[in-house]
Amino acid sequence: MTTPVLEARDVTMRFGGLTAVRSVDFTVNSGEIVGLIGPNGAGKTTFFNCLTGLYVPTEGTVAYQGKVLPPKPHMVTQAGIARTFQNIRLFANMTVLENVLVGRHTRTKEGLWSALLRGPGFRKAERESEERALQLLEFVGLAEKREHLARNLPYGEQRKLEIARALASEPGLLLLDEPTAGMNPQETRTTEELVFAIRDMGIAVLVIEHDMRFIFNLCDRVAVLVQGEKLIEGTSEVVQADERVIAAYLGEPFEGEPDTAEAAEVDTAEAAAATAEPAGATTARAGTAGSETTEAGTAEVEAAGSADSTEGETQ
Amino acid sequence: MTDTTLQTPAERGLLPLPAAVARPLIAVGAVGTIASAFMSWTWTPDFPGNLTIYGYPAGLQILALVAGALTLLHLLAQWRVKGLGWLNPSGATSPVLLTALSAFAVCWFTGIAIAVDLGGLVNLDPGAYVAMVASLLPVLGALALPHPAPGTGLKGYLGKPEQPRPGTLSPLAERAAVTVGTALGLIVFTYGIGINDDDSETFIGFLLVCVFAAWGLVHSGLLDRYTTMSTRHKGFAACLAFAAAVIFPFTQSNDHNANIGVNILIFATVALGLNIVVGLTGLLDLGYVAFLGVGAYAAALVSGSEYSPFQVHFPFWAAALTGMAASLVFGVLIGGPTLRLRGDYLAIVTLGFGEIFRITVNNLDGDSGPNITRGPNGITQIPDIQLFGFNLGDSHTFGSFTLGRFANYLFLMLIITAIVVLVFTRAADSRIGRSWIAIREDETAATAMGINGFRVKLVAFALGASLAGLAGTVMAHVNYSVNPQPYQFAGAAPPNSAFLLAAVVLGGMGTVSGPLLGASLLYLIPEKLQFMQNYELLAFGVALILLMRFRPEGIIANRRRKLEFHETGQLDVPAQTTLSEDAAVTKAGA
Repeated sequence: MTTPVLEARDVTMRFGGLTAVRSVDFTVNSGEIVGLIGPNGAGKTTFFNCLTGLYVPTEGTVAYQGKVLPPKPHMVTQAGIARTFQNIRLFANMTVLENVLVGRHTRTKEGLWSALLRGPGFRKAERESEERALQLLEFVGLAEKREHLARNLPYGEQRKLEIARALASEPGLLLLDEPTAGMNPQETRTTEELVFAIRDMGIAVLVIEHDMRFIFNLCDRVAVLVQGEKLIEGTSEVVQADERVIAAYLGEPFEGEPDTAEAAEVDTAEAAAATAEPAGATTARAGTAGSETTEAGTAEVEAAGSADSTEGETQ
Repeated sequence: MTDTTLQTPAERGLLPLPAAVARPLIAVGAVGTIASAFMSWTWTPDFPGNLTIYGYPAGLQILALVAGALTLLHLLAQWRVKGLGWLNPSGATSPVLLTALSAFAVCWFTGIAIAVDLGGLVNLDPGAYVAMVASLLPVLGALALPHPAPGTGLKGYLGKPEQPRPGTLSPLAERAAVTVGTALGLIVFTYGIGINDDDSETFIGFLLVCVFAAWGLVHSGLLDRYTTMSTRHKGFAACLAFAAAVIFPFTQSNDHNANIGVNILIFATVALGLNIVVGLTGLLDLGYVAFLGVGAYAAALVSGSEYSPFQVHFPFWAAALTGMAASLVFGVLIGGPTLRLRGDYLAIVTLGFGEIFRITVNNLDGDSGPNITRGPNGITQIPDIQLFGFNLGDSHTFGSFTLGRFANYLFLMLIITAIVVLVFTRAADSRIGRSWIAIREDETAATAMGINGFRVKLVAFALGASLAGLAGTVMAHVNYSVNPQPYQFAGAAPPNSAFLLAAVVLGGMGTVSGPLLGASLLYLIPEKLQFMQNYELLAFGVALILLMRFRPEGIIANRRRKLEFHETGQLDVPAQTTLSEDAAVTKAGA
């Protein structure tokens, strides 16, 4: 549990004058599920892209199992880090099986010559790749749809296929960029189980997600990124209780003391709102003081998350 | 709209004629068309093809005869005559209409062409009138048959009718069907190529019949069945196609047609190489013809021609390797810096490099540079290839067949095309082929999956280039000479980069048979329609626009492309999901 799989040291990413990620230190240990949260535009996806070599960090290093990663995406994958994308990026016009086979690229060696000559080695490698791909499709539950085109899959299955494709490269660390975005609660739950199953395969997982319930259920550790800086890192409980996190999501209380007239106005307005509020919303707010704020935060973030489809990786 | 409620829509055609009248009308018309082919259509043999003799159909009359017979067959199939059900399993009306249109088109085209060419209707003999009237009847009759999609007017005929899922035949019967289909294809192709270059009218008639009849076959579902059957027996179909191509020179008495055949094969082979770059990897290369040129020049320089500055004479295998190697090096040199670009930028840079090649060879004439290529004069008097003691320039006699120079080269080119087809299919269905397609689909995702985008693209570029170079080595020998002129971006005759790209796009990207068909069409049409020379590029542009509007995936679509352009929802699910090898093979091409 203690060997670090991924170590990011002092990672800074500047785009001209804008510093998207500012000296972030970050570690993922083997067998861990780590969450990365933060408000929109906090630099989560940029940080992900720095980890996977899509961006070359302006400063700092990223090391995988003690070795510093080269700043090339394909070499990062070769080293053992696989990822999915925030906006699904499947090979839309390839079949489901072919998508996963492409994921096998780094773990197979056959070049052009062996493809042309079709020796026994080539056939064996192709057969093995196909078997492995089918196992993975079985694992995510898409084996029957192996001959469908990826673009014809429903949304939730496309997400699963992306995970299967990433797993095909036999990673030691899987990076999931908002794996449950746009999913209904039931699909989110299956994804949760899927991530646990992946962890049980011995693969460390790093998740970016806006769904707080999902994150806090899933993760052993959660890091919060705000305006490019790592605010806090710790277990779900620690992060949920931290005032700065709440402040980052909901904003800080007004500094100046409101005068009495103003306070009375707010009180009456709140009372009116409370009576008008449906029963369900009030029960959702019931609970301990700590989780109450988190719930409110969750609601806020989820609302923001639905509008958040533009923060993509601008490759 | 209201009268659809009065009468069941299926019973009504566009014309208010009962089906009991319409069908005999078609039959009479079709028989009349057939009969008219045996009459004289014009009094003078001046009109191409000699349509003057009673009892002997010639030229356009044969086409009218075939079209009439096809109409009759389709009518009988639609009438549910026993034994013809296979011709039109869905019982749709549109195949009858389309074949009727093919007869109508060829007869009326001939009538009008005679009147225009010879100056007046007076030149028409009764046979032509019979043909024109008789060919009109099936069209009217077909329009009166039950309408496929009520309320849509003529448009309803354009939609392809739903096909019942065909029952499976025994493998032997399927192979027989594939054989018959391929043989018919060979006959049609041979007829087309055999039309005299001066008989533009006959060739236009041929095209009209082909287009409408093929369209009819698509609507009746026969072409689809042929395709599925030949994919199921892939190796068999490929061998058959190869055999058909080998037979072709034996069916020709004239070496000129073999010359056309060689040039088509060269053009098609290069198009197939381009298909790796454009169709599989998705790199738009607008300067591809330069690689053909590099191969041709390399072969010419080592051919032992007295105009070559290098007085060496390589045997053919060495010359071919030299040509391939030169193209490969050139491809890597061009690809190295340019493949880091994407999309439009890459297209423009390749266009530039293609022109650089042509201008460079144009200037290596001893004045503006060292004398290597003799500039615009080119390297001439390239000797013929010696292969296993055979001089390919000599005629050889096998039994009663004499095979001329071009027939010899046709055989050589056939072997090379077969190699290229093999390379294409094998490369496409492998780890590297999948990574090409992945890069075409989404380069960022592909690199995130561990694919070294630059390297894989460079392999595609280099492979495409060396295949073009291989074709170039033969081309230099076939044409006796090389000069810079054909290796430009766009010109009136193939090969040039625009035509090559058009052959790939027209035929169908990512398939094997697509570029072969596209190249044949794009070579044959300018060759046979000499009178169009000035309007050729215009007609070509119009054809491209029409095709892209109505069939953006190309004439022969691979499964992927078809789905890409026509939303079919979940209908692409294969019939049976067995995990067999051929499931993995189908996607690559053909």
